[in-house]
Amino acid sequence: LVCTRKRSLEERRVKANDREHNEKFQYANNCIVTSKYNILTFLPVNLFEQFQEVANTYFLFLLILQLIPQISSLSWFTTIVPLALVLSITAVKDATDDYFRHKSDNQVNNRQSQVLIRGSLQNEKWMNVKVGDIIKLENNQFVAADLLLLSSTEPHGLCYIETAELDGETNMKVRQSVSVTAELGDPNNLASFDGEVVCEPPNNKLDRFCGTLYWREKKYPLTNQNMLLRGCVLRNTEACYGLVIFAGPDTKLMQNSGRTKFKRTSIDRLMNTLVLWIFGFLVCMGVILAVGNAVWEREVGSLFQSYLPWDPPVDNFMFSAFLSFWSYIIILNTVVPISLYVSVEVIRLGHSYFINWDRQMFCSRCNTAAESRTTTLNEELGQVEYIFSDKTGTLTQNIMTFNKCSINGQTYGEVTDPLGKQPKRLDFTPFNPLANPDFCFYDEKLLESVKVGDLHTHEFFRLLSLCHTVMSEEKSEGELVYKAQSPDEGALVTAARNFGFVFRSRTPGTITTTEMGRTVTYSLLAILDFNNIRKRMSVIVRNPEGRICLYCKGADTVLLERLHPCNQELMSITSDHLNEYGADGLRTLALAYRELSEDEWEAWSESHRCADKATDCREDRLAAAYDKIEQDMKLLGATAIEDKLQEGVPETIALLSLANIKIWVLTGDKQETAVNIGYSCKMLTDDMTEVFIIGGHTVQSVRQELRSAVVCRLQNTAGSFRKMRQKLLYISGEFALIISGHSLAHALEADMEAEFVSTACACKAVICCRVTPLQKAQVVELIKKHKKAVTLAIGDGANDVSMIKSAHIGVGISGQEGIQAVLASDYSFAQFRFLQRLLLVHGRWSYLRMCRFLCYFFYKNFAFTMVHFWFGFFCGFSAQTVYDQFFITLYNIVYTSLPVLAMGVFDQDVPDHRSLEYPKLYEPGQLNLLFNKKEFFICITQGIYTSVVLFFVPYAVLSDATQSNGVPLADYQTFAVTTATALVIVVSVQIALDTGFWTVFNHMFVWGSVGSYFTIMFALHSQTLFRIFPNQFRFIGSAQNTLLQPVVWLTIALATAVCVVPVLAFRFLKLDLKPQLSDTLVRQKRRKPGGRSIGGAWRGTGSVSEGRLGARGGSRRSGYAFSHQEGFGELITSGKNMRLSSLALANFASKHSSSWIETLRRKKTNHTPPIKSVSCFSGVCFSLIILRSAL
Amino acid sequence: MVKEEQEESSNRPDNTAFTQQRLPAWQPILSASIVIPMFVLIGAAFIGVGVALFITSRDIQLQELDYTGDDSEHPCFKCRTNTEKCTCSMTFSIPTLFKGPVFFYYGLTNYFQNQRKYGASKDDNQLYGDLNYFTSPSTDCDPYTRDSKNMPIVPCGALANSMFNDTFTLSHTVNGVQKIVPLDGKGIAWWTDYNIKYRNPSITPLINAFNGTKKPTNWPKPIYELDTTDVYNNGFINQDFLVWMRRAALPDFRKLYRRITHDDYAAGLPAGNYTLTIAYNYPVHSFNGKKKVVLSNVSWMGGKNDFLGIAYIVVGSMCVVMSIVMLIVYARFKFGEDD
Repeated sequence: LVCTRKRSLEERRVKANDREHNEKFQYANNCIVTSKYNILTFLPVNLFEQFQEVANTYFLFLLILQLIPQISSLSWFTTIVPLALVLSITAVKDATDDYFRHKSDNQVNNRQSQVLIRGSLQNEKWMNVKVGDIIKLENNQFVAADLLLLSSTEPHGLCYIETAELDGETNMKVRQSVSVTAELGDPNNLASFDGEVVCEPPNNKLDRFCGTLYWREKKYPLTNQNMLLRGCVLRNTEACYGLVIFAGPDTKLMQNSGRTKFKRTSIDRLMNTLVLWIFGFLVCMGVILAVGNAVWEREVGSLFQSYLPWDPPVDNFMFSAFLSFWSYIIILNTVVPISLYVSVEVIRLGHSYFINWDRQMFCSRCNTAAESRTTTLNEELGQVEYIFSDKTGTLTQNIMTFNKCSINGQTYGEVTDPLGKQPKRLDFTPFNPLANPDFCFYDEKLLESVKVGDLHTHEFFRLLSLCHTVMSEEKSEGELVYKAQSPDEGALVTAARNFGFVFRSRTPGTITTTEMGRTVTYSLLAILDFNNIRKRMSVIVRNPEGRICLYCKGADTVLLERLHPCNQELMSITSDHLNEYGADGLRTLALAYRELSEDEWEAWSESHRCADKATDCREDRLAAAYDKIEQDMKLLGATAIEDKLQEGVPETIALLSLANIKIWVLTGDKQETAVNIGYSCKMLTDDMTEVFIIGGHTVQSVRQELRSAVVCRLQNTAGSFRKMRQKLLYISGEFALIISGHSLAHALEADMEAEFVSTACACKAVICCRVTPLQKAQVVELIKKHKKAVTLAIGDGANDVSMIKSAHIGVGISGQEGIQAVLASDYSFAQFRFLQRLLLVHGRWSYLRMCRFLCYFFYKNFAFTMVHFWFGFFCGFSAQTVYDQFFITLYNIVYTSLPVLAMGVFDQDVPDHRSLEYPKLYEPGQLNLLFNKKEFFICITQGIYTSVVLFFVPYAVLSDATQSNGVPLADYQTFAVTTATALVIVVSVQIALDTGFWTVFNHMFVWGSVGSYFTIMFALHSQTLFRIFPNQFRFIGSAQNTLLQPVVWLTIALATAVCVVPVLAFRFLKLDLKPQLSDTLVRQKRRKPGGRSIGGAWRGTGSVSEGRLGARGGSRRSGYAFSHQEGFGELITSGKNMRLSSLALANFASKHSSSWIETLRRKKTNHTPPIKSVSCFSGVCFSLIILRSAL
Repeated sequence: MVKEEQEESSNRPDNTAFTQQRLPAWQPILSASIVIPMFVLIGAAFIGVGVALFITSRDIQLQELDYTGDDSEHPCFKCRTNTEKCTCSMTFSIPTLFKGPVFFYYGLTNYFQNQRKYGASKDDNQLYGDLNYFTSPSTDCDPYTRDSKNMPIVPCGALANSMFNDTFTLSHTVNGVQKIVPLDGKGIAWWTDYNIKYRNPSITPLINAFNGTKKPTNWPKPIYELDTTDVYNNGFINQDFLVWMRRAALPDFRKLYRRITHDDYAAGLPAGNYTLTIAYNYPVHSFNGKKKVVLSNVSWMGGKNDFLGIAYIVVGSMCVVMSIVMLIVYARFKFGEDD
């Protein structure tokens, strides 16, 4: 057994349908456990964890100190009561968290899947699935474990999967089973399958799998191409069968979800530093007082021995000083407040609930409310300086809509009038029974043009219905479903369908369409496939009349060069249109066609065949061949597709920029698409001085591109510097940087990263395209390292997980299919636009509240504790407390806890809509103005000042004062009660001053605390308790004896005035002399509700929602973007992806053998495009497939 | 559809003022129209109270007599280091009528009743009359828990052991004849101390309760003989004992010894010469302490207290000054805003 286990570390052996055999290896089963405790282990484990916190251990240490009689200056309960309270609150919170983890574990583990057991399919819970089982997956089901694909209902053992949960990409990927198992179609055959898989042990590499299948004495190599990983969803495949290789915690998905790093906020870190300082301060106080004790014992105490002899063990003053040090550590420990951490947790929990409850962050479309998944980061939301955003699914909805087009110089679709009423959506059904009812278009003119039979329009849509690689499926007559490789193509073909040119079906050699109700079958002569260098694709078809025609669609930059010279005029009009579309952030394609004569076709066909068969440089030869025929085309027009943004994205980005938050887009998508989105969400504008594009492939080129960007920026800045000094900042902000993944890899190297950061941070917008998930995290880490700024990462897919985890705050977009990002995130909500509310409202408030809370908290503890220090000088440094021990126990947890908690939870300076109107209000958080070391020193200085007043005012008054019946007031208990009462009143007045927003709770808690102080004090000083425990309740009668004396109240009033009046005066003067924006707003609201606006000055540039249509610069920019990948043309002409039933030519399939999938794969790897210069879109990039096919 | 709506509403957060953070609230603002008048008001009030306190305090008479005897000229010099019974007397004169009721205090300086161990060195259960603690006093009392023969001490502890035991008589010289001023020792301790906190065990005679216990080592006589004339002033509820046991907060303190409320002196001490005779028992020389006797009368606000009145006047004046400063600043700020 040991031997097998050892071997299982090096390799994994799985035998299909043989549970006994597989059990020998003790592989993990498919049950997932993310919870930490069960009922029995909760108490010990939780307590153990809690005592790992330094603060808790410290208080435990104090407790032990207090049990030593020589040291104990305070009863043990003064520490144990708060400690128990703190521990139990935390334990309750941990228990609740773990309960929810148990719940979600159960939910996942109890999902059903169909397992092949003894030849029949049985429903099993996910957790009961074992390694070696064969399970059946149906369309749209989640894959339950890491499977080896055995067979599928699709031909050739193909199946399609969506890997959104794993890598965030929504396009489908193809998986194919090993050919021998592909034939095992039905359960009976599979039940007898007894192959054995030997493969690598569990690991977290999503893109790699290496193994061998041994079956019937033959070996078959297995790769990642044969695997279905847990977390994927089966798509477009009726069903498939897979063999479980890795289950539960061994799956690649779980292996990747490493232990979440515990995130701490900067306030947390500051707090820890401050607590350490306070600790140092405490030790200093202890030392000072211990030295005082030594001196006192030597000079005074030794003489006083006739009345108070030294304890036998304490026979000299040095030892006495040593003990006194520890005694003072005990009584001064309240400067390091035990309830600080738990109070902070409670406040954050409150803020988290406010986020969860916010109706304005509720998305009714997907019925999802915002969720604060971490309750420890809220105030950091008020300090964010950098936002790293994913594109697809976050900024965009990943929905493409056919928005506008230009046909023969006439533009259609321009009906959106921002002021007018919502234009009517066109109804296609009366005109075309095959129309897709979901398709939206608003411009009637286009439909009219089709109806009247405009030739250009017809040719335009004919092109769209023919030139693509979409597959169709017609389940019943007229019920067409398109399977498009890219959403762009889907949108275009659907547009053609609705305008009467319906693509019905295709075979490797034909395309059948219904044109204006008439079925036409074209023979498909060739597909000149798309790739990123060509930036275009063409088809050559022969129509039923025998006319041969080449239809081409592609990037305007490429296509317009290849037009026949007679198109000059049309070209310039269309260019203008393209320009317009591009400026609106639409993705454009130009369309052209060319009629070919039979001879031309024959000639070219021959050369094409030659190129195709070439063994060396096939790519180049094919490209050259394609190039030859795609000449002298006639321009048809252009299409503009809108990559639909999420609601309110441009407004949100604009608002966040006004709040001085820098937004970087990190996307795995292509450069063109990324840039396009940059424009459509107004991150990039045509007004920008320069958009730097860094696309180099070598260290040198990247460095050079970065340098030239710096130089360019400097020149611009220098020029304006001479002209206008104050505009320097403004000018230097108007740059944008676009960097692609391979360049980023170089830029992130140690010697260049500083240069990169400085350049990138000087730019107003940064877009990183084609970045891998790892690079996303690296970029975030880079900014964290170099800028010391708070970062926020927002994304929706599993490819964003790394970035979400490494940023200070991770936000997941919820309400979509993939939940990986949400699971890794700290906050989740359904719409990007909620980010503004999360940051500017909730974050800002949280930060403000937390800062006010901390300031007050440190203040009140210093005011409370330092009185002991001053008293030390008058009581022989004997660690005599000033207050009653019950007062010390209850001060932090009862008398002063709730008002400050209420402030920390409910306080507001300006209402939420103001925070959104004046994004500048966010700045104090970014600059960390409200709580920093300076503020801390101010707080503790105020606290120490208060303690001085609280000690010396009663000292001066009471030392000679007497009651009106002549009894002196200078006894210890009267002094204690007076000081304590004064303290409670002073800190209550102070919290009343600090509270800016008096809700009913604040009133309740502030008045309640003062009330409870008097009530509890009278109770503790009552006869009843004294009669039960005479030894504990020694203060019997002190309350009534003291508080009936007018002198005592005069003392308290004097102390309060001396403490509060300077604070009040200081605040008033500060408000007048150095008002903050929020102060001004509050006052303004009070003075003139809705009156004259001082906002203009604060508000920065212009209105947020102002559109910038028509504000186009002169520079021309291509709006071309097409998220298509290469290789599908060949797939179609090979007929591999078509069902046998739909194949007209059965033998066609054998023609290209199985080379297509090889080609697909090769294309991903051996592409090294040339380097382009800085200022043009290089466009020459790795094929997206590199990333996508990785799975 | 209906079902959908229901489901939808199940996820939508409640629309309450609390969850949406729209609770009605009062937002106080430190506006000039509130702060400046408030400062003026506070200032005026403090000055008013301060003046009243100052005047009241000024009218209170106080006579202090240091009888430590550090000075070799002092009549008590001889008793300073004497361990035997020693008596000394001091004379003093009162120029005008010392208005009654007059309170007679003794005072000690440099005496640390507020020392933690000193203060803790007692057993409240014992003092509450609990006989269990007579035989086994709390260890808090160490080293005055048991005597050398291991007999329990009652009352135990340093605090009780060090009870002040000087006694005073005050005589008024009327026409060359010494007339004893009667001193009233009733009700000089807190009511709660006398009635609740301290209790004699309910055994009569009291002496029986103390069988098997020892008196504190420094004491000349046991606690049940503190006042043999009055059972209600004997044992733990002896007023002098109670006064001593209520420990002082500060090292310089005075404690009430007697009231002068009887006979001819109810209205006060007439002008004239007085003699204070001290039974000097309590040594303070070893720790450089001072002993004094204080005669004082009181007002509604207690004894003489100049500090309180002055402090009130100062704070009040500061408030007024501050309000002027704020007014100036505010005015300038306003002009600045108008520009």
